[in-house]
Amino acid sequence: MERAEELLKLEHVKKAYDGQEVLKDFSLTVHRGEVIVIVGASGCGKSTLLRCINGLEPIQGGRISLQGQVIDGRAKNIADIRQKIGMVFQSYDLFPHKTIMQNTTLAPIKVQKRIRADAEKEAEELLQRVGILDKKDNYPRQLSGGQKQRAAIVRALMMHPEIMLFDEVTAALDPEMVREVLDTMLELARSGMTMLIVTHEMSFAKAVADRVVFLDDGVTVEEGTPEEFFERPKTERAKRFLHTFEFDSVKK
Amino acid sequence: MQDLGISVLFKGINMQRLLLGLWAALRISLISVLISIPLGILTGIVMTLRNPVTKVLTRVYLEIVRIMPQMVLLFIVFFGVTRVFGINLPAELSSIIVFSFWGTAEMGDLVRGALISIPKHQYESAAALAMSKAQIYLYIIIPQTLRRLVPLSINLITRMIKTTSLVMMIGVVEVLKVAQQIIEANRKTSPNAAFGIFAVVFLLYFTACWPISLLSRYLEKKWS
Repeated sequence: MERAEELLKLEHVKKAYDGQEVLKDFSLTVHRGEVIVIVGASGCGKSTLLRCINGLEPIQGGRISLQGQVIDGRAKNIADIRQKIGMVFQSYDLFPHKTIMQNTTLAPIKVQKRIRADAEKEAEELLQRVGILDKKDNYPRQLSGGQKQRAAIVRALMMHPEIMLFDEVTAALDPEMVREVLDTMLELARSGMTMLIVTHEMSFAKAVADRVVFLDDGVTVEEGTPEEFFERPKTERAKRFLHTFEFDSVKK
Repeated sequence: MQDLGISVLFKGINMQRLLLGLWAALRISLISVLISIPLGILTGIVMTLRNPVTKVLTRVYLEIVRIMPQMVLLFIVFFGVTRVFGINLPAELSSIIVFSFWGTAEMGDLVRGALISIPKHQYESAAALAMSKAQIYLYIIIPQTLRRLVPLSINLITRMIKTTSLVMMIGVVEVLKVAQQIIEANRKTSPNAAFGIFAVVFLLYFTACWPISLLSRYLEKKWS
């Protein structure tokens, strides 16, 4: 089978904070339409990785490129590249002084210079799809966590990104709200969106991923299909990591 | 019933004099506010810089203003400057200098507080939406900062209006000074005038500050 176009390419990426290496030598190629889930223990560099891809953090070595264009947070073309990368954060980060409609249409109108009426029409369709159209004139504080996160996803989608980055988007949610957000992401994956997801929801990872990347201590320890990774992990470190999600029965 | 001395108010041009006094007080505070807001915004931005030199300087400035009673500052500028530098500053100008010096420091601290209270994520999520630095500040950061700032700075403005009652100590004829003059002049004919006149002064301060408080409350409600 002919592989789809290479969309995002990370080559030997190095990232350090104050001399401490977070990413040591990380390489990954994401093809169009692929859904890649990155798992790993807290502090292994997963979130940093996504932030580097969006140019929010400078890297100290290697190369990150989207459709051949090198990503550098200080370069002039960063705004063009960021339009192609949608990012959703753990803490939603909607703009508190704007309604949901304004949150979702601000960047399309101001950055992409789209006509307000068109942007609003599209926002309404997307809000309808994620089930929060009735909240469009509300302010973020009036929404539940799950609703806010779905609004944040719509806000990112409004830019028509080539790829979506999800940074532990359900980590701050109450358990009963996790589902609605994950369902939204599953639907997005089904529609063919290229996605890079950092999550701790293992059963979700199994369901949504084409490929799972296990990151530990700044390097890729294991990479494979969800079946391979979750059922037959090859490395000791992956086994140990997966084991933290299971509980041994106390009843003998 | 005892005479409350209200009638003194209607003798000659007493009411008019009181209103002129009020205007003097408002003039000093409003000019000082107009100077303090832009300078305070600049000071506030400087306060958020990570430069150790500006940090110490602004810190010392703010502490001086906080520790020194306004009256002492007024005396230093009005009497001190005249003696040391031989410059004869008019009382009203001295008042404006002191009030602006004070207002800039407090305004700066309010701006600093409002700026650092905007979470880093607000900058980042706006940047992730491909907004430019200017757009991030224009649409995201400044509107949120203003919302936090307006109620606090209105409180500062009313405090400045009230504190103008001190400037009579360096000879500015403002509303309180006029009130005293009226009371003194009528001591023989209506000894109770103090009550009536000061009651009117109270009402005058109230009518000056109340609408400002109302505006603040309205904005707080609207933006909460």
